[in-house]
Amino acid sequence: MTRATELTEQVLELVEDRAEAEVVASSGNLALTRFANSFIHQNVAEDGEAVSLRIALDGRVATARTTTTTPDSLAAFVEAALETAALQPVDEDWPGLTAPAALPSVEHVDETTYDADPAARADVVKAFVDAGDGMLAAGYCQTEGRTQAFANSAGQAASGRSSSAIIDGIHQTDTSAGGAHAASAAIGDLDGAEVGELAARRAVDSVAPFDAKPGEYEVILAPEAVATIAVFLGFYGFNGKMLSEGQSFVDLGTRQFDERFQMWDDVTDPRAMGVPFDTEGTPKGHLDLVVDGVTRGVAHNRRTGRKLGVASTGNNLPGAESWGPIATNVFVGGADSPPDELIAGIERGIYVSMFNYCRILDPKTMVVTGLTRNGTFMIENGRIGDAVTNMRFTQSFVEALGDGRILGLGNDARFADSEFAPGIMYVPTMRLGSWNFTGGAEG
Amino acid sequence: MTTMYDYAEAAVEGALAAGAIYADARVVLAKQEGIDVQNQAVQSLDRTEQAGVGVRALIGSSWGFFATADLTRRAATAAGERAAEIARASAVVSGDPMEFADVDVVQDTYETPYEEDPFNVALSEKVDLLIGVTKTMQEVDGIAIATGNLTFYDTNKWFVSSQGHRIHQHLVESGGGFDATALGERESQRRSYPQSFGQYETGGYEAVRKWDYAGNAGRIAEEAAALLTADEMEERETTLILEGSQLALQIHESVGHAIELDRILGWEAAFAGTSHLQLPKFGTFRFGSDLMNVTADATLPGALGTFGYDDEGTRAQRVDIVKNGIWVGVLSGRDSAAIAGLPPGGMVRGDGYNRLPMVRMTNVGLLPGDSSVDEIIADTDDGVYMATNRSWSIDDKRLNFQFGTEIAWEVKNGKLGRMLKNPTYTGIGPEFWGSLDRLAGGDEWVHWGTPNCGKGQPMQVAHTGHSAAPGRFRKVRVGVRG
Repeated sequence: MTRATELTEQVLELVEDRAEAEVVASSGNLALTRFANSFIHQNVAEDGEAVSLRIALDGRVATARTTTTTPDSLAAFVEAALETAALQPVDEDWPGLTAPAALPSVEHVDETTYDADPAARADVVKAFVDAGDGMLAAGYCQTEGRTQAFANSAGQAASGRSSSAIIDGIHQTDTSAGGAHAASAAIGDLDGAEVGELAARRAVDSVAPFDAKPGEYEVILAPEAVATIAVFLGFYGFNGKMLSEGQSFVDLGTRQFDERFQMWDDVTDPRAMGVPFDTEGTPKGHLDLVVDGVTRGVAHNRRTGRKLGVASTGNNLPGAESWGPIATNVFVGGADSPPDELIAGIERGIYVSMFNYCRILDPKTMVVTGLTRNGTFMIENGRIGDAVTNMRFTQSFVEALGDGRILGLGNDARFADSEFAPGIMYVPTMRLGSWNFTGGAEG
Repeated sequence: MTTMYDYAEAAVEGALAAGAIYADARVVLAKQEGIDVQNQAVQSLDRTEQAGVGVRALIGSSWGFFATADLTRRAATAAGERAAEIARASAVVSGDPMEFADVDVVQDTYETPYEEDPFNVALSEKVDLLIGVTKTMQEVDGIAIATGNLTFYDTNKWFVSSQGHRIHQHLVESGGGFDATALGERESQRRSYPQSFGQYETGGYEAVRKWDYAGNAGRIAEEAAALLTADEMEERETTLILEGSQLALQIHESVGHAIELDRILGWEAAFAGTSHLQLPKFGTFRFGSDLMNVTADATLPGALGTFGYDDEGTRAQRVDIVKNGIWVGVLSGRDSAAIAGLPPGGMVRGDGYNRLPMVRMTNVGLLPGDSSVDEIIADTDDGVYMATNRSWSIDDKRLNFQFGTEIAWEVKNGKLGRMLKNPTYTGIGPEFWGSLDRLAGGDEWVHWGTPNCGKGQPMQVAHTGHSAAPGRFRKVRVGVRG
């Protein structure tokens, strides 16, 4: 029995039959080696345990969390949670606990990564830095190993282990920066040199950028930029809470996107990361979000599912009471075009390596503003040409992927991330018919 | 009897024994209570406790940091050893040995002044307050979603360094807010109070009571509903008057982050970014108009970024950042200040026991002027007045920004006119601040609090303060939208 499972059982025993209860416990390691100016300056790690308890006492619901897991502390923790729940008004929308259900037999864990030491991370960093051949490098290499367990008083129990490894960084010249990223469940899959070479090439190619005129451009979005779009669609759109409140753009069963667009959530995919159950103990599986451009599903937890009369899809997260359930094993379907072929089809456009500091203006229309970063280039006559200075855009992400707007998809799908959450978006390069750039970053 | 200091000392001793040339440790016991209510129903009542020790060890050019929730002497000593081991592993990709500026070695205690312990206020009173304001908002036609929230923090920190610091701090923070969302056919409109994401301060429950939630709920809901039928803001260049909380966020994003010395030195280049401010320009660069006077002041009573000592044991202080429009100060810690040849500013904090302390804003605020928002409006022939943040975006050098606010009104011939929806404005930092020509003061100067400042990897969230009063800016591009 893992320590996390032991903790869930201890807490359930302490609650006894005084209330409905669900317990999530985790234990593990998170370590991150950070570098800047081409050397490691911050190198951190932590181990620890955490327990989260949700109590429903005659429909009065309270949540408590702690990192202190001695027997005495847990006993006090449980009593405090029961006392808090007793003071609550009845939650008329309490959806009850997850009934016993089988989990998909999938485990995304690599033992070497689970307990990776700082030397292993430093090796990946060194390969990245060396690839820049003297350019200033900055970024991080992270490894994580986590065991998560769930148990509730209705008899559902689950446990799983997961690991992840990420290298993400930039190379810089006096006038430019280029970035690149890779992630996997196994640190052995990370090729620091390859990622560093791409970042370095983008930096070198960007040394003399010019200010492009704002306006509508055809674009090639590299996977990092596509990941940003997918994050916003998932957070504000394919989210059962946003849908139930009328704040989502989602119209189920309607063709809202170009027919080339496919998006789904699937923890059972061998490429995915994480454990196959959510923090309510609901098994995760394959969830179609968009099929051939038609919106087919959204992520649900028990509360939003109950509200809309559907089952939970196993997408509850801590904080979902406020933010809603969110898909975290997202794939965007690719095609078989190498990125160079996508570029070759464009007479005049812009290549975007990644976006930065994107924020939503209105979830209903999915209008987002943000900037490009770490490698933005003009495309002319089918070839990547001169670099351009970072540009600001203001663009509806739904409209950008609308009917006839996706002109090609790359065969290079991979984990990508530019500023939000690594390891949750597996996406390809994308060619879009139009993107609204509203200004240059420096004037 | 074992005290929390003993665990911190054990961690420091472990790091030194393992080869660190300097080490410090923080034992943190933190509790938090959060209440979220939506449409008169409690969405979540969440109580969190976090306890552990984090130890920082310096070897060569790198910090090694290790944190554990196991509060025993043995685990603390082992954590110190692990921190040193991690720092040593950095030698594979090393730089010049890190310098470390001197500060006074202090043994002291500090406690946030507060009147009413928020954890002793009856839960029913807090829940009833939020249920009441959401009920008031729901009674307004057109309001689909009415939410309210309160969050309280109680943090005890014991800090020990290998140089002899021993500091205990007890920090209390309180705050919250509410918002109303009106849904149209293809849009949503939102109004918040006291500001977007709530207003947070150091202090007790009095920090909630003073904002009169109940007295403002109806007005906020009516404004949200009215926005659905308001005119869209047209794109143009005009005079912009910013309400205080929006100006506070403008300061946070375009001044506060730009003056972080770790960004200036390139330590945050890959993620948060760098800064358009570079040290050769220090002391001469014109950041804004003569009206622009900015300080970083961690001693302001009640402000969210107020404390006794930072997480390196440096005493809280007030530092001039911009004086009569000229850039004269930075946010710094002992390591970054030593590189820049500046005195350490006492601005290094970590998020909980398990995050490496780093340069964070304290209370970076714009000193008040001598006007009022009414006088400024009366003195404006043509422009817009924008209030309460809705969106924010800024580039990695902290130059190009675009903000959206929840609401705006046109200003014509010295009076507020039509309500306008979907307001945005955009600009370049120094140009924008250079156009500041009127500034309110008096009781319109408020210590706005930002409870959600993200920075670092792994991500850390800091609580920062930004004192501001309404101000006027000329020739600003507004109404940009895709």
